[in-house]
Amino acid sequence: MIEVQHLVKQYGSKRAVDDISFTVRDGEILGFLGPNGAGKSTTMNILTGYVSATSGTVAIDGHEILEEPLEAKKKIGYLPEMPPLYVDMTVEEYLSFVFDLKKVKLPKQQHIEEVCNLVRIGDVRGRVIRHLSKGYRQRVGLAQALLGSPDVLILDEPTVGLDPKQIIEIRTLIRELGEHHTVILSSHILPEVQAVCDRVIVINKGRLVADGTPEELSHALSTDHKLTVRVEGPEAEILETFRRLRHIDKAESLGEREPGCYDFNVEAASGYDIRRSVSGAVFEHGWALLGMRSSELSLEDIFLQLTEDPTEGGDV
Amino acid sequence: MGAILRRELNAYFRGAIGYVYLALFFAFTGVIYFIIVYSGLSSMMYTFAYAFYIGMYLIPLLTMRLLSEDRKLRTDQLLLTSPVRLSELVVGKFLAAFLVFALGISMMIPEAVVLSAFSAFDWPVFFTSLVGILLLGAASIAICMLFSALTENQIIAAVLGFVSMLLLSILDQFASVVSSETIKNALLGLSFYTRFFNLTLGVIDFSDVFFFFSVTGVFLFLTARVLEKQRWS
Repeated sequence: MIEVQHLVKQYGSKRAVDDISFTVRDGEILGFLGPNGAGKSTTMNILTGYVSATSGTVAIDGHEILEEPLEAKKKIGYLPEMPPLYVDMTVEEYLSFVFDLKKVKLPKQQHIEEVCNLVRIGDVRGRVIRHLSKGYRQRVGLAQALLGSPDVLILDEPTVGLDPKQIIEIRTLIRELGEHHTVILSSHILPEVQAVCDRVIVINKGRLVADGTPEELSHALSTDHKLTVRVEGPEAEILETFRRLRHIDKAESLGEREPGCYDFNVEAASGYDIRRSVSGAVFEHGWALLGMRSSELSLEDIFLQLTEDPTEGGDV
Repeated sequence: MGAILRRELNAYFRGAIGYVYLALFFAFTGVIYFIIVYSGLSSMMYTFAYAFYIGMYLIPLLTMRLLSEDRKLRTDQLLLTSPVRLSELVVGKFLAAFLVFALGISMMIPEAVVLSAFSAFDWPVFFTSLVGILLLGAASIAICMLFSALTENQIIAAVLGFVSMLLLSILDQFASVVSSETIKNALLGLSFYTRFFNLTLGVIDFSDVFFFFSVTGVFLFLTARVLEKQRWS
């Protein structure tokens, strides 16, 4: 659906985007992950034809954005970082304007109604956008992107500035939209990408540093098997027992987390599954095992690991 | 294009600018009309002569926010990522300003009708003058629009527009104090007033019409190029 090849964007002497290539399949939800200033917004602006790349190509459903801009743009709904709202208009007027601007061929009133219901702004349709809260503005921006039911949705930090309840609503909505649209969304919030996306692209300093499913990425990087275990019992004795188990490299206590219960980090030599021996040892001594989770690398760790460039000092 | 034209036209009258422009234009030209009637003249030549200056000096009010505001509020991201050609965008905005300008000019029609009821009124002259002022307006709007595309600050766009209108409107006075024949002729050739004055005499000269058309076309084209260039920088 989207094919990006060797994208470069040069601003003066600064390379905002440095040779990024990727493809997005039909119906995929792709997350762009990267710190602020990594080049996420610039990439999105190039994908949507708002700025032009210094070199490289972008094709939306076979239409190159520079060669056939109208065909390509017809297929895209774009929510930029700052929703492009005419604040002097009412929501109704604004959506009607965007509908005409995009030359949508659907029945107007009905389509606007549907989109409003989808993003739940039906109750503010008659209000002037200037007087709307940040959350509503964001949703009007989303409604604008959805008008004309484009195949591709490009959403730049769609949950920024929303309260937790709204964030969950928008995420759920994006998941729903992913069933009928190809979605690219950017974020610097890792759990968000993890919760919403089928695939993640990590960008740092304009470069693509990783590309894969959230699971793939964490598997690829987690070479060691670490467990976090919560046990009720005497701290020192438990720690001693763990250390004597086979294949265990390291065991450390994280301290008392509940009255009488302690958390331990247990690390096995690479390639060994130690869950059985750990739980067995706990039961043998008559202690209570209250929790065990494998501390595979979270996206957060991956992110830090990938974006930390030891040669350039940690200015990430 | 229709969508942009309608939005811009509405925007003039949603805020104060459309009303302020029309009020000022009507007030200034109204005073001149009153003087004409009061002094017993049956020609609207003076009204048009004043409308020339008033129109040109007020046009920056109409054009200042046309493109600068979009850049400032980032609504250009919507316009430029929609399936719309740059030419549609520029012409749509231009036409909105032009229609408001024409609305101001249209007040001269009832003025002429009233005058013609009480005197021998020269309708052909009135008609060519009307064409002249509309052509002049189109060219001036196109020039001022370019300044609006160059900056995201409305005030700067308005000031630059006003200064350029001021210079253009007194080009023929410059010409009269220049000694070199070549420069004098060049200035007169570019002078909006000379071109406009020819049209107010009741004769439509093709070269004058062509002049205003080309100025309009060139500046609309330049505006589109500026917008295009902003995508590449």
